[in-house]
Amino acid sequence: MADKKAMQALARKAGGPGKAKGPDWAQGLRQLYDSVVDEPLPENFTRLLDELDKGDNG
Amino acid sequence: MADVHAPSATADFKRELIAVLPHLRAFARGLCGRPDLADDLVQETMLKAWAAQDRFEPGTSMRAWTFVILRNAYLTDMRRNRFRADYDETVAERILTAPAGQEGPIHLSDMHRALLTLPPERREALLLVGAGGFSYEEAAQICGCAVGTIKSRVGRARAALGAMIEDGTIPRRSSRDAVAHDAIMDELDETVASRPHGRSA
Repeated sequence: MADKKAMQALARKAGGPGKAKGPDWAQGLRQLYDSVVDEPLPENFTRLLDELDKGDNG
Repeated sequence: MADVHAPSATADFKRELIAVLPHLRAFARGLCGRPDLADDLVQETMLKAWAAQDRFEPGTSMRAWTFVILRNAYLTDMRRNRFRADYDETVAERILTAPAGQEGPIHLSDMHRALLTLPPERREALLLVGAGGFSYEEAAQICGCAVGTIKSRVGRARAALGAMIEDGTIPRRSSRDAVAHDAIMDELDETVASRPHGRSA
């Protein structure tokens, strides 16, 4: 995804001033977020959207 | 008369919404800790976003737009105590388990637990900037506050997390988190009270 690179760049910057690389935990914060982003999307989410979509049209 | 629900516009909206769902789930889980409640929050957000789709401007960030909705839903739910009652035990089992006295790499569960002890405003600021990759400006727009405020919240959140991690004082017990959670709730009540209108613009 396009903004994933941007996210990573930002997360790298996230370490704080004067440090080339953030502390390890700053990386962990992004990993925490990404670990959820990378989970397969449960079916009930797409099902809900399909129902909403049908509701609008029908 | 213009048809605001033109099929192609709706299809675009739906596609974009699906694309940001994983991010909504990640943001929600960071905010409220419990995966099941986080997913409930995302579904609530989807319903609200769908109902408000006419207000979404194509070409703008769907992720930022839906984060505002999710955030407002979260604050409202927190205020109604939805997350308060069963926070303690379940979260303790599912998220707050960490190997005691471990050395070496920081586990994600440590990170999450430390994150959950932060006051909600700092937690969300850090989630948006440090995890979600939003700029300070975008995060300020999502939270409806000044850029300087976001910078300050992120700075404080980082300092608190850094200290917790470096000192090895990440809370490990649910009882300590319950105390932290009470503090969070108090601060949140004030936050919500001072900003009565959840706006999703």
